[in-house]
Amino acid sequence: MAKQTESIFTNPILRWIDDRFPLSSLIKDHATEYYASKNFNIWYLFGVLSMVVLIIMLITGFFLTMNYKPSADDAFNSVEYIMRSVENGWLIRYMHSTGASFFFIVIYLHMFRAMLYGSYKKPRELIWVLGMLLYFCLMAEAFFGYLLPWGNMSYWAGQVIVNLFGYIPFVGDTLTEWIRGDYFISDITLNRFFAFHVIFLPLAIIGLVAAHILALHHVGSNNPDGIEIKKNLDETGKPIDGVAFHPFHTSKDLVGITIFLIIYFAAVFFAPEMGGYFLEVDNFEPADPLKTPEHIVPSWYFTPYYAILRAVPNAALGALFLVLAVLLFVFLPWLDKCEVKSIRYRGWQYKFALTLFAISFIALGYLGLQPATGIYVFLARFFTITYFAFFLLMPLYTKFEKTKTVPERVVYKKKES
Amino acid sequence: MKSLFVICSVFAFISGITFAAGSMDLDEYIEGINVKTSDVKSLQRGARNFFNYCSGCHTLQYMRYNQIAEDLGISEDQLMQNLIFTESSPQDLVLNNMLKDDGDRWFGKAPPDLTLVTRRKSPEYVYGLLNSFYADNNSPTGVNNHVQEASSMPHVLWDLQERLTDEEYSQFLNDTVGFLVYAGEPIIERRKSMGVWVIGFLLIFLIFSYALYKDIWREVK
Amino acid sequence: MAENLNRRKFLSIATSLTSAVGGIFAVGAFVSTFQPSKKAKALGASIKVSLSKLEPGSIIKVIYRGKPIWVLRRTNQMISELDNENAYLRDPESDLSVQPDFAKNKFRSKNPEFFVVEGVCTHLGCAPIEKFAIAPADMGPDWKGGFYCPCHGSKFDLSGRVYAGVPAPSNLRVPAHTFIDETTLLVGENS
Repeated sequence: MAKQTESIFTNPILRWIDDRFPLSSLIKDHATEYYASKNFNIWYLFGVLSMVVLIIMLITGFFLTMNYKPSADDAFNSVEYIMRSVENGWLIRYMHSTGASFFFIVIYLHMFRAMLYGSYKKPRELIWVLGMLLYFCLMAEAFFGYLLPWGNMSYWAGQVIVNLFGYIPFVGDTLTEWIRGDYFISDITLNRFFAFHVIFLPLAIIGLVAAHILALHHVGSNNPDGIEIKKNLDETGKPIDGVAFHPFHTSKDLVGITIFLIIYFAAVFFAPEMGGYFLEVDNFEPADPLKTPEHIVPSWYFTPYYAILRAVPNAALGALFLVLAVLLFVFLPWLDKCEVKSIRYRGWQYKFALTLFAISFIALGYLGLQPATGIYVFLARFFTITYFAFFLLMPLYTKFEKTKTVPERVVYKKKES
Repeated sequence: MKSLFVICSVFAFISGITFAAGSMDLDEYIEGINVKTSDVKSLQRGARNFFNYCSGCHTLQYMRYNQIAEDLGISEDQLMQNLIFTESSPQDLVLNNMLKDDGDRWFGKAPPDLTLVTRRKSPEYVYGLLNSFYADNNSPTGVNNHVQEASSMPHVLWDLQERLTDEEYSQFLNDTVGFLVYAGEPIIERRKSMGVWVIGFLLIFLIFSYALYKDIWREVK
Repeated sequence: MAENLNRRKFLSIATSLTSAVGGIFAVGAFVSTFQPSKKAKALGASIKVSLSKLEPGSIIKVIYRGKPIWVLRRTNQMISELDNENAYLRDPESDLSVQPDFAKNKFRSKNPEFFVVEGVCTHLGCAPIEKFAIAPADMGPDWKGGFYCPCHGSKFDLSGRVYAGVPAPSNLRVPAHTFIDETTLLVGENS
């Protein structure tokens, strides 16, 4: 017997649907009666913003697919065709290329939020793991998509990243051939990357997003104080510190989304190349297997890992460290031994470690864009060590943290207006 | 063998940055640069310059003549008389009759297509290139170039540079480079004007959504 | 309280309306990508056809916007036959058919000698076959020359006019066209 929820509708058609589909209960469970803490700050925006970017990417991608040709002979020309010949094609393409960078901006901030307020901790470990799977899919999606314009940077970046798989012992060489389907990055590779980019990964991402949100709504959202609001219920069983997702958080998110869109569209319309960070100059030249671009750099969102790859003197070990650098995030819920969630009440050890980690990540991102010479090599090695130390020493420094007392209720000061 | 290839390509990747060619010092040659893609008259002059001096060797393979005419306010008659010097029809792409093999033979390397040159190289590069030819008897073309050393491009603007004052030549280059910037991104001006509208609209929407948010949250104690 | 409700109502409606306006523009931008691109328009531009080698009694076929366009140079005998069939035709005056104004006559052309027509049956879009011989075995003794659609047996005379009693509802379409000079035809625009 399914859970019977009283219909929220008076309209007979909606009531008819309600008798046959859990519409009312879905709306109640996920919007009007989903309670989240009222003291969310700006860090709590980036989840919904990644959803907004995902939708932008799915729609613009769908329209691009109608005009793009995934073949080595036509790909580059078809992108120019979209930019010039298709009515408003340039807008769709810039929205997609700019959206890729903004996706990583909001995702990195979203991840950092979880690290600030301990959102990965019990009972939200699975939300975090699902989120990390999403992050991996997003990285793969970005990598596959990056080859599609078939510019010279696309080609060589694809070449280099695929070659990283060659370092896997015993199967490396075979594996790289399997990935490419050829002995070099070719038409065949482009065609299969296209299939991954437009079918497999988007489906995986949509499915994981659904699981991520369902898991979140099952245990409830964390908050900047790291307090379980379900512990303080009023006489009707609602969390005292929570407000309904709709209309309270939706109206707040709408403001955030609007501000985000202003920034995003400013980039789309006034700086779609973003000085070569969103669209690289070498990609205005078709793929040329005989001509390596002078400055090969991966997209800015991969440069922290790229800096780690280069910081390790041995190429195979560098590849291993790169993979570890990404994978270690998954284990955060179990590396962190501290009982307190929010940074507001944690000891200096974690505050210091997280600050150092953030600095390391940004510094590595910067160093990945610089030549691997002189002081840059030294700095990259230094920050690679601090990056790994954050994760690997975490069980030690979080165990002996001197935490503050966590309050019973969330801190919410209503501003007088 | 394959692992050698892997190592080489990763090395090339890593060292690509190390050997990042010291970017040519353009500053000396681009003092007069002032490209305005919003100035239609300048773009029209630039189009005329391009078709008179450049299009014999260089193509704009992604541009159609009638799109240039439409975007720059050039009538079809003017287009046929002043810009189309080939057998092309107005809707054709801006190509020429030089075969790539011939180009390779005559110049060592066929003259490149210029549709995306300002996006690939920058407007400054093109301006500097056209502004830095100097006589060099050791070069097959009799000239050499400060920005692109040993370029196989002859100085087709030689007469012009002799005849015009420095300001006039600079204006000529600005018009021509402006036209190439336009050709690299024909919607460049539409993009900016549409951007103003979209952001203006979002700002208005922000007022309403913010007021609504404040109103709804008044209930929260 | 009532004032508060009014304010809430106003703000909700204002926000919804503004987002609806934005939504309409966004949908418009996306849907506009569906219209023929500049490339499609360039490829669909009018085409010139040289008729200098076209013999009387023969036909040439060109493709314009994906449709076969036929140019038939009729002999004097073919032209004279056009008067005799009116009684058997569904739309002899081309009142119900598509053609430029100058071709709304029994020749369905400006110059009776040159007949320009879309080779697309008005029934379901098959390409009719030319049957110019008079009374051939397969078309029967009354056949005066014309076009025959193999798909469902529609018959047309040498002006592309449809016979009564066949599936095709109207005469073959005459496309926009202009004679630039005596032997050059421009398909796609009327002068």
